[in-house]
Amino acid sequence: MTDTDDQLVVDFPLRKEGEEFPPPRYAEYRQREGLVLSYLPDGKPVWLVTRHAAVREILTSKKISSNPDREGFPNIGETMGVPRQDQIPGWFVGLDSPDHDRFRKALIPEFTVRKVREMRPAIQAVVDRVIDDMLAAGNEADLVNDFALPIPSLVISALLGVPEADREFFESRTRTLVSIRTSTDAQRDTASRELLRYINRLIEIKSKWPGDDLPSRLLAGGVLEPRELPGVLLLLLIAGHETTANNIGLGIVSLLENPQWIGDDRVVDELLRLHSVADLVSLRVAVEDVEICGQTIKAGEGIVPLVAAANHDETVFACPHAFNPERSAKQHVAFGYGVHQCLGQNLVRVEMELAYRTLFERVPGLELAMGPEGLPYKYDGVLHGLHTLPVRW
Amino acid sequence: MRITVKTETCVGAGQCVLSAPDVFDQDDDGLVTVLDAEPGPEHSDDVNLAWQLCPSGSITVTEPAVQD
Repeated sequence: MTDTDDQLVVDFPLRKEGEEFPPPRYAEYRQREGLVLSYLPDGKPVWLVTRHAAVREILTSKKISSNPDREGFPNIGETMGVPRQDQIPGWFVGLDSPDHDRFRKALIPEFTVRKVREMRPAIQAVVDRVIDDMLAAGNEADLVNDFALPIPSLVISALLGVPEADREFFESRTRTLVSIRTSTDAQRDTASRELLRYINRLIEIKSKWPGDDLPSRLLAGGVLEPRELPGVLLLLLIAGHETTANNIGLGIVSLLENPQWIGDDRVVDELLRLHSVADLVSLRVAVEDVEICGQTIKAGEGIVPLVAAANHDETVFACPHAFNPERSAKQHVAFGYGVHQCLGQNLVRVEMELAYRTLFERVPGLELAMGPEGLPYKYDGVLHGLHTLPVRW
Repeated sequence: MRITVKTETCVGAGQCVLSAPDVFDQDDDGLVTVLDAEPGPEHSDDVNLAWQLCPSGSITVTEPAVQD
């Protein structure tokens, strides 16, 4: 990479404690011609991409790879709460087409609009049960720990056919994995290994006694090899857990600040856009030279598309920092774009819709138990979200 | 307008079904299928949204020639 006079060079981390999200400097980057050069904690250069059209172009380009084993792939020193899982067979977010497509095609039937619609009663039952527990425990709660995290964990356990008796085990281990403030590295490592061991056992059991669940259907389908299934199931869990929980938690804060929108389902895509929790998830590396925003990205150079920056591009979303469910927010790239776009996006939308609707219906006097300015935001990981969300009613 | 789709590139995101449910559906494999290949102008906003949101560029919308 060459440094020229007008080339802006910035260092990681891009986010600082205590500042708003997305960081104000994203708007500066977006205003500039070309791309922004940045250096990762390991000293390697990467290109930051901030405009909506450019991010969509990156995420659909055949000259750009998602494979973390390729030379030049950005290593931002953080993964989503677990050790790097790239080497596990079946971890197909790290594969490019056509290798990737076999996995995607095997899983698509599980996440269609129709299938997710059929799952609504089960998701509603999960939400109700989590609220029952919360109400039974008193008149205050931490909505991250007591509401936002258990919902996706229990929904994924249902999807994976985790027996009722194991759900508490499953939920507690998944919670440990994402609780970077209250668990140690060693505890998270143990939880990760216990979960993988559990998933392996679950697959053995499903191959002997198939049920009406995703692992049994994947086994029967024969498209994926049994050795690939643990990685696939772990990926579904990790991709769908903290991301969804962060969206639920941040969305509740926005709705408490804008109570006129409570009960309106149009909030979901606007909240996905506004909060853009997976800002740093869609990392890439160029396989061939490719020109983006007038800048040549050379083969082997790393690329960091900033999803939150794209979702606050004022040329696409007027007054991007405003929470405005009446705008057309659906072109957001909160779920990514291209062949890796979030497989579970329709499921997440329903989880968010039912979580908000049911919470505000069943707990009408809900309010923050602290000033909103003091809420502990995650600023140092790959995901935007809240560590805790103390409320009372 | 006339709609064509490519199932070979479809990634089953389902955004077309959500945007224009009278025009698009997903088959048993979760891939795009067209319910109405020549929808009336009342569907043009929905179809345009589906075309814009499709993450894999698998939808093509054309204006058929009068002589067709």
